[in-house]
Amino acid sequence: MENLKSTPLEAEHIRLKAKMAPFGGWNMPIQYESIIEEHMQCRKSIALFDTCHMGEFFFTGDLEKTNIERAFSFKVGTIKVGKCRYGLILNEKGGMVDDCIIYRLGENELMMVVNAGTKDNDFNVIKSVLKGDFVFEDKSEVTSKIDVQGPLSRDLLRKYFGSAVDELKYFSFVNANLMGQDVMLSRTGYTGELGFEIYMPSKICVEVWNELLKDERIKPAGLGARDLLRLEMGYPLYGSDLDEETTPLEADLSYFVHLDKDFVGKDVLMKQVENGLEKIRVGFVCDGRRAPRHGYRIFADGVDIGYVTSGGFSPSLGKGIGMGYVKTKYSSENSTLELSQDKVKINAVVEKIPFYKDGSLRK
Amino acid sequence: MSRYYSKDHEWLEIEGNVGTIGITDYAQHQLGDITYIEMPEVGSEIKQFSIFCTIESVKAASDVYAPVSGKIKEINEALENTPEIINKSPEGEGWIVKVEVSNVSEFDNLMDKSSYESYVKGLD
Repeated sequence: MENLKSTPLEAEHIRLKAKMAPFGGWNMPIQYESIIEEHMQCRKSIALFDTCHMGEFFFTGDLEKTNIERAFSFKVGTIKVGKCRYGLILNEKGGMVDDCIIYRLGENELMMVVNAGTKDNDFNVIKSVLKGDFVFEDKSEVTSKIDVQGPLSRDLLRKYFGSAVDELKYFSFVNANLMGQDVMLSRTGYTGELGFEIYMPSKICVEVWNELLKDERIKPAGLGARDLLRLEMGYPLYGSDLDEETTPLEADLSYFVHLDKDFVGKDVLMKQVENGLEKIRVGFVCDGRRAPRHGYRIFADGVDIGYVTSGGFSPSLGKGIGMGYVKTKYSSENSTLELSQDKVKINAVVEKIPFYKDGSLRK
Repeated sequence: MSRYYSKDHEWLEIEGNVGTIGITDYAQHQLGDITYIEMPEVGSEIKQFSIFCTIESVKAASDVYAPVSGKIKEINEALENTPEIINKSPEGEGWIVKVEVSNVSEFDNLMDKSSYESYVKGLD
């Protein structure tokens, strides 16, 4: 519990009686009142998340001459200015160092958003492949971020950003002004619902948070709800579903891997493409309310075929859901699985993700 | 009728030789949103301070310990599909099982309401 970092909103969370717990080295709100209520709040109205713990790196330099493409599994140079793209940072073994989103701020300017727990390592890994003239800075300490997620979020934010909110397309961003400060508004999201992220100077973070909460349609939500929301969408979480020992192809993230460019770890992925995968990430739905947890073993036909990496109760489905890695021959839809630990045995069926299909994400 | 409490945050209400068992408001608050409960079978024997059922919340699975030994007479079937009743009414509608108490001297190992309340205060 020692040396936990605090976001600028820590005192607000405590004032709102949040249950606080360590996450990625930070003291973060897990829930305020009820995880399920906060989850439903995001699905039906608007939820407000503190995501200040995430890392923001800023890069300036010629994309070709600085070798930056080598640091990412996906093409950076083809991201248009004003757009963002999701992808992976890999090690030499093709394992995932982190997942991230890159924002193309300008012709020669990028912002990279990374996970809290992996931030420092990410910075070093990216920096180690760069060469030539560039500026690469970690501005996480002075950049705050809050996420406004839910079907009514556009309506609420129109009050502050006007028509820019209506024009903002999925995986795009705009520079804007809020409370007299330059901020950035983007639309990516992690919940399956229409949603926005506000990047701002840390000094206005508390003021923005409290201003947004004045509207009765929005309520704060903690990491517990965030985890359930992303699980219902089948989005992998770094540290649970993704790690340095697993490749993005095994994680079923091949869409975010561009094998027609050069990058760290590519030769390992090419071999996997050639030889096939031994394991792959799948989603599964349980036959009842009982939920599997990270670390449960997965069996099929009485044979141990893999392990659970994420699991929980889905409020939207009323059933246990989860994700994990199985031998590829058991990965097809409707394959029957048994999830097991000690005395617990849960029957489940492989199902296509997202588990939750009615989100407002692209509306 | 008299009500007893255990250090593991279960309550026991005695009427004749039948005990109704549930978890306390403090326990449901610690667990958070309850999503599933694995019940013991009717007719099975439970033993004081041994695990007799498992409650899952959004966050984790937790064992529930029997406050008294006995034979399960009845389970609260409503909890099968709506275990969140425990969050709303842990010491009323959210009761878990009824048992035929086998050893009344075990009540001496439990607390009364006021002792339990001061015990819980000491935990915070």
